[in-house]
Amino acid sequence: MGGPLQGITVVELAGELCAYTGKLLADLGADVTLVEPVAGSPLRWYEPFAGDVADPDRSLWWWHYQAGKSAVAADLDTADGAAKARALLERADVVVEAAGPGVLDACGLGSEALRAANPRLIWVSITSHGAADPRSSQPSTDLTLLAEGGPVWSCGYDDHSLPPVRGGGGQAGHTAGHYAAMSLLAALLHRELSGRGQHIDVNAYAAANVTTEMASYGWLAAQSTVQRQTGRHAATRPTQPTQVMCADGRYVNTGPPRRGADFGQLADWLDSLGLADEFDEMGVLRLGVELEHISMAQMEEHDLVGEIFAAGRAAMFFLAERLGAYELFLGLQQRGMPAGIIYSPEEVAADPHFEARHWARPVHHPELGRTVRYTGLPVTFPATPAGELRPAPKLAERS
Amino acid sequence: MGTGALAHIRICDFTGQLAGAGATKFLAAMGAEVIRIEDPVTEGRWDILRGAPPFKDKRRGPEFGSGFNNHNVNKLGITLNLRTERGKELLAELVRRSDAVTENFAPGVLERWGFGYSHLRELKEDILYVSNCGFGQVGPYGTFKSWGPIAQAVCGLTFTSGLPEQPPAGWGYSYMDHTGGYYMAIAILAGLFHRARTGEGQWIDMSCTEAGAALCGPALLDADVNDRPLRRPGSPNSNRNPWPAMAPHGIYPADGDDDWIAISVADDEQWRRFAALVGEPWATDERWRARDERLDHQDELDKAVGAWTRGQERFALAERLRHAGVAAAPVQRPGERIDGDPSTAAYGLWPTVQHAAMGEIRVDGLPVHLSETDWAITEGGPLLGMHNDDVYTRVLGLSASEVDGLRAEGVI
Repeated sequence: MGGPLQGITVVELAGELCAYTGKLLADLGADVTLVEPVAGSPLRWYEPFAGDVADPDRSLWWWHYQAGKSAVAADLDTADGAAKARALLERADVVVEAAGPGVLDACGLGSEALRAANPRLIWVSITSHGAADPRSSQPSTDLTLLAEGGPVWSCGYDDHSLPPVRGGGGQAGHTAGHYAAMSLLAALLHRELSGRGQHIDVNAYAAANVTTEMASYGWLAAQSTVQRQTGRHAATRPTQPTQVMCADGRYVNTGPPRRGADFGQLADWLDSLGLADEFDEMGVLRLGVELEHISMAQMEEHDLVGEIFAAGRAAMFFLAERLGAYELFLGLQQRGMPAGIIYSPEEVAADPHFEARHWARPVHHPELGRTVRYTGLPVTFPATPAGELRPAPKLAERS
Repeated sequence: MGTGALAHIRICDFTGQLAGAGATKFLAAMGAEVIRIEDPVTEGRWDILRGAPPFKDKRRGPEFGSGFNNHNVNKLGITLNLRTERGKELLAELVRRSDAVTENFAPGVLERWGFGYSHLRELKEDILYVSNCGFGQVGPYGTFKSWGPIAQAVCGLTFTSGLPEQPPAGWGYSYMDHTGGYYMAIAILAGLFHRARTGEGQWIDMSCTEAGAALCGPALLDADVNDRPLRRPGSPNSNRNPWPAMAPHGIYPADGDDDWIAISVADDEQWRRFAALVGEPWATDERWRARDERLDHQDELDKAVGAWTRGQERFALAERLRHAGVAAAPVQRPGERIDGDPSTAAYGLWPTVQHAAMGEIRVDGLPVHLSETDWAITEGGPLLGMHNDDVYTRVLGLSASEVDGLRAEGVI
């Protein structure tokens, strides 16, 4: 397999909230075995399906999250199934589960009993609200966790008659999964010294709560409440837009220029495009070259500095109206100004930078007769290069 | 120091902002000795959060940024002027006594100071070096500038957040600074684990945009396998849920100014319970019993659900829905989840630290508990050079008068 966790045995009891943790571990080279019901995990029925054919072996959600893992079929609420799972759990280095408080105890597979049998075992329980909270036994979804956990309050539009927005991609589970992975890696390092495992309680609602930047620490420090704004940081006082629509209808995120060199670069760029005559504030823009760096204090003190700052911003919007998003992004960055094109996920994989880095991972799918592009590794480890990614286990491939 | 899962680990830490400092905050909370190095000449301002708002009170300056404090709790802070030869010698000594060197500068900064990986390795053969930048050090965008909103734009995440016929809503905070920090912590810990087992160090170079792009997996597969890009008319509508498909699923108006409630009805059984709770003719209409019907007419359904929620108090309504077995939650303001919901404080999520200049202040804790070696956050972020005496004597073995000399010469 390759990866820094090669040789580490992980048993994952298939569940939505722990799928990503298992994936992170598989990507790090651990040997991850999924335990799922004999009839197949309900996760196998998550849309979208390959070719829109609803089939437990064709869920793209399953493909993404369970690639690189193998699977075992066992119904934990039967004596045979529980015994089969128990044999696996007892031999594992790490167990990852999101069954909810008490559910596994009722099957005789509680973490305390298994940790007593194997004191080296690291057992990770991911729940919606923590192991001791009754809400962890009630239904919750990515949407409800991000709504009550803080992220939703900060995302959306300047127009507050529109609802706040939940960002896509299942980030409640991802954030809980990151904390699960970090915590269990710390526990593995500790086990190298002490020989002892432990239980780790991961709380997805709490994870969202501490992943909101100044929404949380602004309240903690100053009881200030941020307000959502279109395409930029929520803030206690309104700030200027940073997201600009380009000539091709696509968007770029950027900050206004502040360094003297930036103003010269923008002016030269307008010149080279033959647009100098059309841009009214060219003269003011050129004055910016004399400045080192524009601070808020300078703008308040000197009207001219404020005008130069405004001209820089205007130049950026002027260019956006005449260039495609990719041209603007590349042009700004090549001139030393920070900017980011707003790609949709599929556009990332086709971008020359990510292609040059061989980011996307090819996975052969015999049932499609072709190779499919999967997301690349978030981190690569030169000392232990990863092997090829195996497709997610099919129903017929389970032991 | 001395307790926690990572009490045996020492980090020579150049990280800043959140994307880097967030990583070593986790390690420090788990007991690692994180020695944060700052430049005395610029008062540590290579980390723009030193001295940046929000502030706890009227005081301003490099010791009063609450974001800096939040991301640097439990770390030791030293100053070191790397423009001086003596400064470089001291850094070399610290590297020899560390397990890992961490940074999130622009590519090449450490190399220019003479501390690229090849030199770090000469100083300590098994050193782990973890760098974290926006686009990775290699590739056409290797020199491009980045911060959270840029990384999340380029990686696809900004686009995933929005409503139809509207520009991208994006993330109202640097999700990829938090998450870049989480990945960086994973990289450090996995690198340390490999080193513990094999004695081998390495240089792990992380790209924040690649880490972010890894969070959009099913969308990438849907585009490749089904030729269905996320950029298409009417998409995305990220308050809805295509994977798995649920309806109704959205954020609906509640009674009050800018008050909202999130409701997810996962399946037909939950719809039955939802409809029974609503109890109005539109809800109990047989038509909506089938999931496909609800999915195919979501605009109409959302309008009806929104008309029903509009006059209702969101906390009470969420409670009733939850009791009925339907996932629901109020969209909470910061104060509502931090101080209004006692469960977050009861979980220990907002530890109070003692900050040497600001006094008592609460910070983000960790959303986990470990049964044998739990985390602890007690100390505020370090003042500039606050631990110079401790680190230069205890860790590097200098005498108190030698440290005074360094101070006089402007080395620290």
